Amino acid sequence: MRYSEIGFNLEIDLSRGNIERVETDPRLTELHLGGLGTNAKLLWDRVSPETDPFSPDIPLMFSSGLLGGTPAPGANRTIITAYSPQTLLMGYSMMGGFWAPELKYAGYDKVILKGKSPNLVYIWINNDKVEIRHAGHLHGKGALETQEIIRKELNQPNAQVAAIGLAGENRVYTASIEQGRSSASRLGLGAVMGDKGIKAIAVRGTKDINIARPAEFMELCNEVLKYIKFRNENPVPNVMTILQGLGSPQEMLHVDEKWHTENFVWGNARVRRRDFWNKEIEARWKDVQESVRTRLISCYNCPMKCSAIISIPGLSTYMMKCFSKLTYTMAAFVDDLNFGFKIAQRATEYGVDGFSTPQIMAFAFELKEAGILTDADFEGCPSDNEGRFYWLLDRIVRREGIGDILADGTYWAAQKIGKGAEEYAHNNIKKHEQLPLKLGMLNPVYFLMYATGEKINITQIEGQFPQEPFATMEEREEFVKDWIQVPDEKFKQMVLDWEPRGERSNPYHPTVDMSVDIVDWQEKMHYIDDALGVCTGLSSFPLKPPYHIHNYPKFISAAAGIHMDEAGLTQVYNRNRNLIRAINVRRGLRRADEKPPQDHWKKRFPELEEKLLDAYYKFKGWNMDGIPTKKTLQELDLAYISEDLIKRGILTEDQDAPSKKTSVETDKK
Amino acid sequence: MGEKKKKIVKSIKIDLDKCTGCRACEVICSAFHATPRYSSNNPARSRIRVIRDPMRDVYVPVHAGEYTAAECMGRDKYVIDGKEYDECGFCRASCPSRDAFKEPDSGLPLKCDMCEDDPPQEKPLCVQWCLNDALIYEEREEEVEEEVKPEDIETGLESLANKYGLRKIMETLARMSQKG
Repeated sequence: MRYSEIGFNLEIDLSRGNIERVETDPRLTELHLGGLGTNAKLLWDRVSPETDPFSPDIPLMFSSGLLGGTPAPGANRTIITAYSPQTLLMGYSMMGGFWAPELKYAGYDKVILKGKSPNLVYIWINNDKVEIRHAGHLHGKGALETQEIIRKELNQPNAQVAAIGLAGENRVYTASIEQGRSSASRLGLGAVMGDKGIKAIAVRGTKDINIARPAEFMELCNEVLKYIKFRNENPVPNVMTILQGLGSPQEMLHVDEKWHTENFVWGNARVRRRDFWNKEIEARWKDVQESVRTRLISCYNCPMKCSAIISIPGLSTYMMKCFSKLTYTMAAFVDDLNFGFKIAQRATEYGVDGFSTPQIMAFAFELKEAGILTDADFEGCPSDNEGRFYWLLDRIVRREGIGDILADGTYWAAQKIGKGAEEYAHNNIKKHEQLPLKLGMLNPVYFLMYATGEKINITQIEGQFPQEPFATMEEREEFVKDWIQVPDEKFKQMVLDWEPRGERSNPYHPTVDMSVDIVDWQEKMHYIDDALGVCTGLSSFPLKPPYHIHNYPKFISAAAGIHMDEAGLTQVYNRNRNLIRAINVRRGLRRADEKPPQDHWKKRFPELEEKLLDAYYKFKGWNMDGIPTKKTLQELDLAYISEDLIKRGILTEDQDAPSKKTSVETDKK
Repeated sequence: MGEKKKKIVKSIKIDLDKCTGCRACEVICSAFHATPRYSSNNPARSRIRVIRDPMRDVYVPVHAGEYTAAECMGRDKYVIDGKEYDECGFCRASCPSRDAFKEPDSGLPLKCDMCEDDPPQEKPLCVQWCLNDALIYEEREEEVEEEVKPEDIETGLESLANKYGLRKIMETLARMSQKG
């Protein structure tokens, strides 16, 4: 019997209409755990690096994690992978909610979709019975609307449905995959789903998930719950409100948005409004939020309440989380939060990413002001800030007129528009729009995470090391005294020594070596979460989380019956980290691509930044171009990867330097 | 009049406003009732279900009650504060009209047993795992009159006697006992 995982994947070929239940190799679970790890392994094995993201050969994978659906709190993530049409690199996007656990109860760890359906279809998985059903009647329907229609027509109120909206159908590069309160929205995987002709995947399962050592496992789960309770009652002092607790930032609960509105930038990630927040705005925004917020809600088997049901009179109900109430508001320069909630409703039904999409629109209006785009491009567009955003959102999602060009994101749109438009697509890393955050002094840890993260989205890379130094020694001592999560005591000293000003402050402290250590720890926890299917909100993201490197190995051993300790888990992390790096290296990723936006920090330190990258690559066992060396790959049981990279001339037998210089930046589609 | 006797009444207070729909109650209930204990979990086997419809803001945790062989002749629909709840939305019965509270493999009915355990649990597991306090366990002592309860067979025979007459029952019994 397989424990914690099911041991079967569902493989669907949409071109041929073939459906198979395929047993998986338990050895792969030991090597990669599951979720992102095994998805990456399958992607490496099955697709050549030359394959276009919209090729029928691309497998679009929906995966649970190894702990998904077990009683481990917060183990509910769905990990979706393919190649990103926007970055052209491996695209992985994740969502919470209820979908992945239901898939496991139906008897599968993953759904792997390849080929393309000639007509729009949806997949209905009901335990052993799997159907590809016509979805002609769902053309153009909203992502949430589709979920409701499918549940009704199947008469399955307990089915969980992941669906795309019109944006996915039209292959908009910021198209998301929506499921109830959750969405997998970064990197355009909704476009890949739409390209395959899949409107939705509905799943219902009534089977068991087995646990190898039940008593031991339950004790661990109860400890985690106890710690969550403790953390909920004891917020971390001396940090800003949204960083004090667990979960994703509690944006639906809190109404105080002084920090975001004054520190994040407005419009096309340009304008900082340092005196925006005042009593009057606070009162108005509080009013708006409390009037539309019906209930705070959770994902499957998680006590946190990171999202909310939003009901606005005259609009259909939807669900929201995190920062999206502000992304449209701030990009459009609208001071009324009501607009943020209203346009997010339309955007959620269309199924678009709430980070990239508003930036694309702000980018377009900046190009118009600069005369690079003309009035002809905006014929019929209202002139007010709210109206023009609605208008442009409709054009982008429908790929009409200028919307068709903008639908590919700021990088590709700028390439097509030319005339200097590239300068306006200024907030990208690896062609992907970043948080609208512009800061003063370079933070060496954040520099490395932005530059080298394969997720290309800081919130899925950053983590539990404080974002800023504490002001006083007392505060630092207070912070480190019950910091049980550190993999090594040295991290406590780094916090104790870190000063807001002077010699031991950014950018030279944490030192280069410390920065590399810190980043490695943050990344490690994210890679483990993404393989296990545990929400980062209870693990790698917040300060002092309930899951950490000391209890994760015990969870894995007790749940799956795999022998695991901290060293072993670190080895799995390194294996998955290098595997994903190798996939991207094979797609052309090089050091030249590892650049945060030039204006992310006002004060930059080119020499230090090069040193940071050098040290990070060295620590990882990569050459100075960011490519894992033969030795590194061999030590991680990835010799087949080094052989492939050598065969392709990307690596050479015995040297550290690559023999061929490329970059995805220079690759044209 | 029978004798007075003390009885513990166990109840779970359900606060619909506090339910966040996480279904941790279903997860832990099904794990607790697995054999061996906690060896598997499966919400379809749970004795508590969250009747949940986010788009209508409906969140109703319901514990499995009695099995009933036939569905009701009519169904109830509650409207509270302008919000309409599902038909049978508050009903605890394991009944032919829905798939809740039945073992998925055999269809056998499930019933909440307040996590009877040896040694006893401090609270039912669903309550322990509900960190948002939507489920609150309450125990109270009640004095009840000790009734002299008729045995089951007596209740059965009495209803037969009501229907067919005592004489007919006695004749039938006599005939049956002669056949051996």
